[in-house]
Amino acid sequence: MVGSGEKAADFMGTLKRLLKILSKNYITLIIIALFTVAAVACSISGPKIMEKAINKIQEYVQMQTTFYPMAKQVNTQLNDAEKQLSAQEQQAAAAKPQLDAALKVLEAQQAQINQLPEPQRSAAQAQLDAKMAPLKTKEAGLKELAAARVKMDETNKQLDIVKNGKTDAERIAALRKLAAAIPSSSTGGVAANQAAQIKGAPDAQMLLFAKALALESSPKMDFNYIGMICLGLVVLYLGYALFSGFQQRMTVRITQELVRLLRRQVSEKLDRLPLKFFDGQTHGEILSKLTIDIDLMSTNLQNVMSQSMTSVLMFVGIIIMMFTVNWLLALISCIIVPLALLMTAVIAPRAQRYFGRQQAQLGELNGQIEEDYGGHNIIKAFNREQISIDRFKGTNEIVYDSAWKAQFLASVLYPVIIFAVNLQYVFIVVLGAVFTRPTAYFLGINVGGLTVGALFAFIAYLQQFQQPMQQMAQIANLIQSSMAAAERVFILLDEGEEAPDPVESPVIESPQGAVQVADINFDYDPAVPLIRDWNMMTEPGKMVAIVGPTGAGKTTIVNLLMRFYEVNSGTITVDGVDTSVMKRADVRKMFGMVLQDTWLYSGTIRENIAYGKDDATEEEIVRAADTALADHFIRTLPHGYDTEIQEDAGNLSSGQRQLLTIARAFLADAPILILDEATSSVDTRTEQLIQAAMERLMHGRTSFVIAHRLSTIRNADQILVMNHGRIVESGNHDQLLAADGFYAELYNSQFAGDEDA
Amino acid sequence: MIKLLKKYLLKPYWLFVIAILVFTAAQVGGQLTLPNITSNVINVGIMQRGVEGDAQNNPTVKSAVAKAMTSHTKATNSKQMNYILKEGGLMLGVTLLMAVGAIFAGLFCSKATAALARDLREKVFTKVEHFSLREFDKFSTASLIVRSTNDVQQVQQMTFMLFRLGLLAPMMVIVALIMAINKGGELALIFAVIIPLLLLVMGVAIVFVMPLFRSVQEKTDRLNTVAREGLTGVRVIRAFNRQGFQQNRFKTANDTLTDTFMTAMGRVVLMFPIVMFIVSIAQVAAVWFGGHMISAATLNIGNMMAFIQYMMQVLMMLMMFAMILIMYPRAAVSAERILEVLNTEPVILDPNTATKEKAEKELAIAPVSLEFKDVAFSYEGGEEDAVEGVTFKAGTGTTTAIIGSTGSGKSTILNLAERLYDVTEGQILVNGIDVKDHTQYDLHDRIGYIPQKAVLFSGSIADNIRYGKPDATDEEVIEALKTAQAEDFIEELDEGIEAYVAQGGTNFSGGQKQRLAIARALVKKPEIFLFDDSFSALDLQTDANLRAALKPLLKGSLAVIVAQRISTIMDADQIIVLDEGKVVGLGTHKELLASNNVYQEIAKSQLSEEELANA
Repeated sequence: MVGSGEKAADFMGTLKRLLKILSKNYITLIIIALFTVAAVACSISGPKIMEKAINKIQEYVQMQTTFYPMAKQVNTQLNDAEKQLSAQEQQAAAAKPQLDAALKVLEAQQAQINQLPEPQRSAAQAQLDAKMAPLKTKEAGLKELAAARVKMDETNKQLDIVKNGKTDAERIAALRKLAAAIPSSSTGGVAANQAAQIKGAPDAQMLLFAKALALESSPKMDFNYIGMICLGLVVLYLGYALFSGFQQRMTVRITQELVRLLRRQVSEKLDRLPLKFFDGQTHGEILSKLTIDIDLMSTNLQNVMSQSMTSVLMFVGIIIMMFTVNWLLALISCIIVPLALLMTAVIAPRAQRYFGRQQAQLGELNGQIEEDYGGHNIIKAFNREQISIDRFKGTNEIVYDSAWKAQFLASVLYPVIIFAVNLQYVFIVVLGAVFTRPTAYFLGINVGGLTVGALFAFIAYLQQFQQPMQQMAQIANLIQSSMAAAERVFILLDEGEEAPDPVESPVIESPQGAVQVADINFDYDPAVPLIRDWNMMTEPGKMVAIVGPTGAGKTTIVNLLMRFYEVNSGTITVDGVDTSVMKRADVRKMFGMVLQDTWLYSGTIRENIAYGKDDATEEEIVRAADTALADHFIRTLPHGYDTEIQEDAGNLSSGQRQLLTIARAFLADAPILILDEATSSVDTRTEQLIQAAMERLMHGRTSFVIAHRLSTIRNADQILVMNHGRIVESGNHDQLLAADGFYAELYNSQFAGDEDA
Repeated sequence: MIKLLKKYLLKPYWLFVIAILVFTAAQVGGQLTLPNITSNVINVGIMQRGVEGDAQNNPTVKSAVAKAMTSHTKATNSKQMNYILKEGGLMLGVTLLMAVGAIFAGLFCSKATAALARDLREKVFTKVEHFSLREFDKFSTASLIVRSTNDVQQVQQMTFMLFRLGLLAPMMVIVALIMAINKGGELALIFAVIIPLLLLVMGVAIVFVMPLFRSVQEKTDRLNTVAREGLTGVRVIRAFNRQGFQQNRFKTANDTLTDTFMTAMGRVVLMFPIVMFIVSIAQVAAVWFGGHMISAATLNIGNMMAFIQYMMQVLMMLMMFAMILIMYPRAAVSAERILEVLNTEPVILDPNTATKEKAEKELAIAPVSLEFKDVAFSYEGGEEDAVEGVTFKAGTGTTTAIIGSTGSGKSTILNLAERLYDVTEGQILVNGIDVKDHTQYDLHDRIGYIPQKAVLFSGSIADNIRYGKPDATDEEVIEALKTAQAEDFIEELDEGIEAYVAQGGTNFSGGQKQRLAIARALVKKPEIFLFDDSFSALDLQTDANLRAALKPLLKGSLAVIVAQRISTIMDADQIIVLDEGKVVGLGTHKELLASNNVYQEIAKSQLSEEELANA
């Protein structure tokens, strides 16, 4: 959750360089980007689509529980009214001829009455009027009935629009008109009452009511629609799985190719680096760049690449989707997000600090463990167990203290984020619930009418939102540590290389091994001059012994002869050819080397002996082993020449390893030898074998021997006496004794043979 | 793992564990109440089914009709509003409770697991400190270090995960499952399909991916081996012009590793999309079947929503639990390795009180001596004895030298004298008493040991010298350094005896370290000096000076000197010549030179004819 906190010194530079390498595969990168967009799109549109299905269910529930019963009542009432009207009309229609006839009779009577003289006329008139009055009323009633019919027709027309209208707006408008048309004081009863209630309802509800009115029988859930949505969702999520899967696989490919390339580049780079580089730092340091750092990049980059884009897109995408669902809720969510980020920003660095402290203290504790276990016999011998345990307890307590604090702060981070998210959830549910009411006002704007589906979608987005938020915090750490690792690798890749070999160079066809050293000046560090004006001449087949105490710099001679290091000035010639103008490989081909450090690689014994010669035959290998007196012991091994040499050579003694390196040098058959005599690390008998094998090897070859044995030194044609890194004397044994210098002192104080122990 | 946790966590920190359980339960409770409240808010606050009383399954259609259509019937409206706000307040409380639960669970969990780690480290360290070299050989130093550091770390991390997620996940799964069934009824049948499906996917992943990762580990090791060989053998490789060959080996190792890793990762990354797909489909199924149930009036919409949320929690927690299960075996191996150390009893133990007291009495008057009686010893698993039939006696004021080639058993003899190992046969007497009857403390107190590999500890030079005698004064320290011929180079240091010694003494040369190691033993003023080839890194002059300075100190004590140089030991009172673990010669320089073949051979290669003749 919280990284180690190491940072790259040049973050941007490293990032740019890494991107540059990656950008060579820009087509893959583009495809990855497209797939990421597609996957994110599928993923975040899910809730939005699900919303529709849930809304449909909600609609059904509202229809079932609210609108349909209501609509049924309204429909019944309207039907009743229609029936009543029709019955009245029928009645009226039936009564009409009689009425008309009666009217006609009365009108005829009126005409007769009009001709009657007064006072008879008045009396008749009164009689007629009395007869006429009920008929007139009946006539007016008929007119009223006709008006009611017009009204009813209008209502039916509107109702028809409500039920069968083409557009929702049309239906809603019709419903509103219908509701408005019903006067509250009307005798319409329930319908009028409900009409009064419906007046203020929002469009969505009006539409549902309109739909409910159109229903012939009780409402059914629209499973066709929901089914379509569900099917769509399945396709969408399948799309997500496919896009995301492909994107991830391609990311694996591209990052692993990068890792492969970096490993190869580092390995090749190491080949071009001068020995100075390797001597200047421990193998562990170099190895950790090649393995640990690149492995770190391998796992981190995978996560960074597959998640960074996804989480950013998700983050932005979800916010956008939230706004499309409900802008106000989205706005509220956006206020809480920074709150979570703020809390993270407060806690994370503290946790990181404690982690750093814990790491440092744990390092110290582990150092103590290593030191004490490594010196266990000393601790026992000096009765230091208790002191050591007490010291350990002290450090251990300190580690405990920062360990639990680090762990605790890191563990607080999660609940805090969750708390923020839950807080958001609560707000959304509560406010959402308020907003689902038909009308709710916010700053004077009606924000009501939120559907349950929308609320569901919103909650789903909130839950989705956690992922990118956590990922982004994590990725920031991953990027940091990846860049730090990448930077270390790049620094290695930028190390200064050996000067390239000349294109055209002399090759000595069959070298004899006459080595001449003229006016050599050399030092590892310009501040510490080492070799000054070294001159030496040796004829083919002669032996040069290099003697001196440990640390006297005997390997310097090897470094210069083999051109592991370049001289400052002066020349080394073999058979008269300056080795510095030759190709390094050609120079080294002339030298056979057997060092104390018996390096063998993890392969079979056969492969190791054949190391010196590309196309060695079986016969040659066996002959070389035989000459090096190694054949016998090899054959006693269970797998003979096919014995696998294990790392750290658990299965061979150091003497046996030495014999193998001699066999290897035999096969290489170089005219000049560099030998490092065995010291006490080998048992007496094997030592004698090695000595004999070396003598065989030296036969007929010019040899430089780092000598420990008196006999070797005495037999040498020339002795180079070294001390403190410098050649202090040279000459043969007698000459040097006569000179009575360092050699004489060394020799007289009984030259002994175990400096290298 | 469980055994270890039982003993070292549950027992001593049971209060913490209970606290963790309680707070985790609070967290679970909170997490699982939220969807329930949401469902109430939806059912009551939104869908408006009966506000009064428990109206979940008691829809009062008539009032609902009224309410659905009223936006201005104030009384009912404020009732709903109140309900929503009340539930909202409740949710806020629950959220707070959850956060508090999580934080406190985290606190106790951090404390308990860090304490577990501390205790394990301390117990392992204390145990190892009391190990004899036998146990060190058995485990190897490197492995003991890993067990005390990495393995403890692994167990700590796993325990933390177990307590945070391992407790949370099953609780959540069980409770959420019950809630889901309670809310969703038949809808919970979806679990019957989804959970086996998820388990199948995980099973497939374990079968098809885990072996690949094991293979990745092997290939990583291979790459590291090749890379390390390239570094350690850089001179040989260049000398034999085999760079190309080495590059090819690296390339092969690199390619096989990268390819395997790609295959493994390629499969792993599919896991997440597949699982997400399954989980999403479960959601779709819940909506589809939930819709049918609502249509059949056997479910209400709020409960469907609650079911979906519970379902998501169940599935997510299942995934978490699966992750723990995948990580568990690694930590379990670590736990086993720790237990192995803790359960190992050192073979070398102090004598019982009676023997001890008897020995102490006798020792009070015994003169200094060291005697080997027909001693044989073999290392664990060694086919042959490392030494056998070793018999010699050294008295007060004498010097005994041991010479022989490497592997002849010289250092073994010193280790036996110190009882860092117990003899397999025979007896070793110090001051006339069997070393097994001495307490180790007393035995070591009498012996000053100077190892072949001069091991120094981080601290100042004075700290290192005081290893021999914690209460040594500065004068004593300086005196010892003087005798050890270390004064010259210490005087050159700015801080003198307070100069810092890096871990392993890497900031001093071999010769300097050896002299400091000698001074460390000298300051102790022991009865018996054991020099294990302790002069090898000294130049001859220093060697001679040192031996001269030592001489007066040896009065009243005795010295055993293992050496390679004949010059170092020529003056010894007796010289033991070892060859392949057997004593092949015992006598003075002159006697041996006259009669002993092995000694003559060694002498010939080291001494001038003149000296050989003079002897």
